[in-house]
Amino acid sequence: MVQVNLNKPQLKETTDSNQNVNMNNIVYDTKQLNLWYGNHHALKNIDLAIKENEVTAIIGPSGCGKSTYIKTLNRMVELVPSVKTSGQIIYRDRNIFDSDYNVEELRTRVGMVFQKPNPFPKSIFDNIAYGPRIHGIKNKKTLDEIVEKSLRGAAIWDEVKDRLHENAYGLSGGQQQRICIARALAIEPDVILMDEPTSALDPISTLKVEELVQELKENYSIIIVTHNMQQAARISDKTAFFLNGEVIEFDQTDTIFSTPSDKRTEDYISGRFG
Amino acid sequence: MATSEQTEKLSIQQMIEEQRGKKAKKRIEKSIPIILFLIASISVLTTFGIVFTLIFETIEFFQRVPFLDFIFGKEWLPFSNKEPLFGILPLIAGTLKVTAIAVVVAVPFGLASAVYLSEYASDNTRRIIKPILEVLAGVPTIVYGFFALTFVTPLLQQFIPDLKIFNALSPGIVVGIMILPMIASLSEDAMTSVPNSIRDGALALGATKLEVAVKVVLPAALSGIMASIVLAVSRAIGETMIVSLAGGSTPRFDLDMTDSIQTMTAYIVQVSTGDAGFGTTIYYSIYAVGFTLFLFTLLMNWLAHAISKRFREEY
Repeated sequence: MVQVNLNKPQLKETTDSNQNVNMNNIVYDTKQLNLWYGNHHALKNIDLAIKENEVTAIIGPSGCGKSTYIKTLNRMVELVPSVKTSGQIIYRDRNIFDSDYNVEELRTRVGMVFQKPNPFPKSIFDNIAYGPRIHGIKNKKTLDEIVEKSLRGAAIWDEVKDRLHENAYGLSGGQQQRICIARALAIEPDVILMDEPTSALDPISTLKVEELVQELKENYSIIIVTHNMQQAARISDKTAFFLNGEVIEFDQTDTIFSTPSDKRTEDYISGRFG
Repeated sequence: MATSEQTEKLSIQQMIEEQRGKKAKKRIEKSIPIILFLIASISVLTTFGIVFTLIFETIEFFQRVPFLDFIFGKEWLPFSNKEPLFGILPLIAGTLKVTAIAVVVAVPFGLASAVYLSEYASDNTRRIIKPILEVLAGVPTIVYGFFALTFVTPLLQQFIPDLKIFNALSPGIVVGIMILPMIASLSEDAMTSVPNSIRDGALALGATKLEVAVKVVLPAALSGIMASIVLAVSRAIGETMIVSLAGGSTPRFDLDMTDSIQTMTAYIVQVSTGDAGFGTTIYYSIYAVGFTLFLFTLLMNWLAHAISKRFREEY
């Protein structure tokens, strides 16, 4: 069932903006991952190899395990008390489930943007500076630079530059979500995980976030969960289709949306269920 | 049979209409608000009654003792035969000493307990510990007073040989233990109500549990925490039994924690349980002291209200 196209030549390489990057570099290699919530088998034998500097979309109907999977990549899923896992997720040559693996270090390298914007009840500046500060960066000038760079990176600098010291809760939902993206960018992660980042946003804010994802992939590897198939088609390079905790198909986004090899993928994409 | 057939024919709306027509129901509906209002006014009237009594008796007191002597006087010697002195500062000093020690004890321990309960303890641990903490809040203050006098004071004397049998330190610590559960419990409520999504946001940036607790949850819950502290302080100010038993009855205007003191509340107890005759200056003085105490707690309650309004953070 599981189809991983590691050895297939890239079909679209010339149109991608990241030709100069080694396309064979794998950032996350998931091997035989199983996950249970208590007795519920939520992820079944997942094998996925995710490449760097690409946008990888994960689609599938509600309850298919796509959010669980992305939360496993930075081990946030372990906050659920009854979670058990087996298998491996190799991130940059190391299994993140190793007993001596430092989970804070993993999350420092792998940023996350959540479904609902969740800024801290602090000023915009303090929101962005939170990550650098907890990792020991105290210098005011350095922090100023980081905040500006991150807000520019998240395409929200012009909207908030005059109100950096106002509470982030005064912003609109779409702005808050870009603040959250900027907050993740502030510690210059390697990978950004996005768990349905636009599901709580209006169409215009969604468009802005989508454009942002396109820009960010030059420097970051992005894994995005979405229930919006058009969104996956618009912004991703690769798409994985999850169903009932299994990966049904994983391929180039173009291929998935034009000539899926599995009947269930085709049914889902054409809107026959989900 | 005939009646049941009849009712069957009535539509639900008709049955409702029939009920609505009943007069008794209307009368009850109309009288209920009046009855409730009367019951509610009893507590309001009682409050007014107390405040007015306090004010009138206090005015009577100030006809005998000059107001300025009262608020600026550094000597409280009401029982002196030659020349009684009614300067309230020594009593206020006693109250503030006990309160300050109580705060020093209760705030760090209370907040640490709250952080532990809300951020670290498992649900099971929390379910066991929280009720125990609340039992601590339910211990009668007379028991605490005895505990201060017969256990804490002798214990402290091991370390501080100069400590008198009646002092400010021991009741201060015990009042701190008494208000600790209040701070812990209310602060824990404030911290638990910080949404998990905010914690997740910090954890996803590689923050440790401690960093999440101290740099995200505590600031977000600050208004609730401050309010809990202020409420606890106002209880410490009004605390009576512990300070009466273990604090002594020597009003003094200084910063000495090891010697006998007297708080405002303890003075009122002393006079009330003694044989000061009705109509004497000493009799009126307890109203003046009570009124001062009332102002202190009023100020604290107002402060708690202002703080929780001011610092309220939306999340």
